[in-house]
Amino acid sequence: MDYGRSERPAGAGPLPTAIKILIAGGFGVGKTTMVGAVSETKPLRTEEVLTETGIGIDDLSGVEEKSTTTVAMDFGRITISDDLVLYLFGTPGQDRFWFVWDELALGALGAVVLADTRRLADCFPSIDYFEGRGTPFVVAVNCFEGAKKFRLDEVQAALDLDPGVPVVLCDARKRESAKEVLITLLEHAMKLREARRRAAGD
Amino acid sequence: MTGRGESAEQEWVDDHAGPVVRPYAVTGGRARPVTGTFDLISLVTATRTDVGSESGLGPEHVAIVGLCQRILSVAEIAAHLDLPVGTVRVLLGDLAARSLVQVREPRATTAGLPDEHVFEAVINGLRAL
Ligand SMILES: Nc1nc2c(ncn2[C@@H]2O[C@H](COP(=O)(O)OP(=O)(O)OP(=O)(O)O)[C@@H](O)[C@H]2O)c(=O)[nH]1
Ligand SMILES: [Mg+2]
Repeated sequence: MDYGRSERPAGAGPLPTAIKILIAGGFGVGKTTMVGAVSETKPLRTEEVLTETGIGIDDLSGVEEKSTTTVAMDFGRITISDDLVLYLFGTPGQDRFWFVWDELALGALGAVVLADTRRLADCFPSIDYFEGRGTPFVVAVNCFEGAKKFRLDEVQAALDLDPGVPVVLCDARKRESAKEVLITLLEHAMKLREARRRAAGD
Repeated sequence: MTGRGESAEQEWVDDHAGPVVRPYAVTGGRARPVTGTFDLISLVTATRTDVGSESGLGPEHVAIVGLCQRILSVAEIAAHLDLPVGTVRVLLGDLAARSLVQVREPRATTAGLPDEHVFEAVINGLRAL
């Protein structure tokens, strides 16, 4: 496993800080594939166990029969520098796991919402969620074989996105393509940050 | 398999991480760490190379110290040990209380988005991949 420049003896100097980006979208849209395409390692998987005492059970309409639920998250790592490590988290598919989303979205730099034009509606919950939280996001249309080709402005209109939200095509299996999506997201988030700062200053 | 078990030391770790019923036993039934919050991306490093002589530590504590000879996030520790994040938080709390690990919480972004230089560093880092 490549831990890049962050590999060093324990206790030597300050630790880097970590930042995260979320990869969201409907079931089977390519979230894990995209995480794997740009990460240093194969996607890792971790689990959160939701117990009755841990989280308000009220939020869990539909799963009352269970007192514990396990939610799996895939994630990957990119070591940017000695003092910066980027983590990419694929969000759990089912929207009933909002508690995990909230934890993941807290402090996230931004999110990629993957969309499949054959099932465009599957990404509505993700878009609603990030819009509601003010998390910067871009929509990446994953190009599956056999999918009817839409123009990006058609997707933009169908998703009822704010005009500023970038919509791009991607192939989540390709590193270069996934990289481009992430760079688009970061540039967009940076612009938003600047705009918010200016608005706050006025 | 990559991502885990690429050294003998980590295979040992995996042998000691059990199935889903284990977590409760591992923490002695505790749901909360004695100290710390441990975000998924809090970074952890061990302050010592060997804790074999410390009393009151379980094999999972020792395994975490072994893993954290390099800098790992809470999420990575959980993935490598195949334990739920909540369980790992409890174990890390025990280790932090004894100063056996050093923890760096993620960049505070509650006030909005981080500095421009962070964005630039990430963009440049991605371009260089
Ligand atoms: N043609 C094509 N196939 C893709 C692309 N991205 C992912 N796939 C395939 O789609 C399938 C699902 O991809 P995953 O990455 O597992 O999707 P996911 O969003 O993580 O799925 P869940 O976690 O189950 O919701 C896999 O068989 C991928 O190989 C893409 O850009 N183009
Ligand atoms: Mg997946």
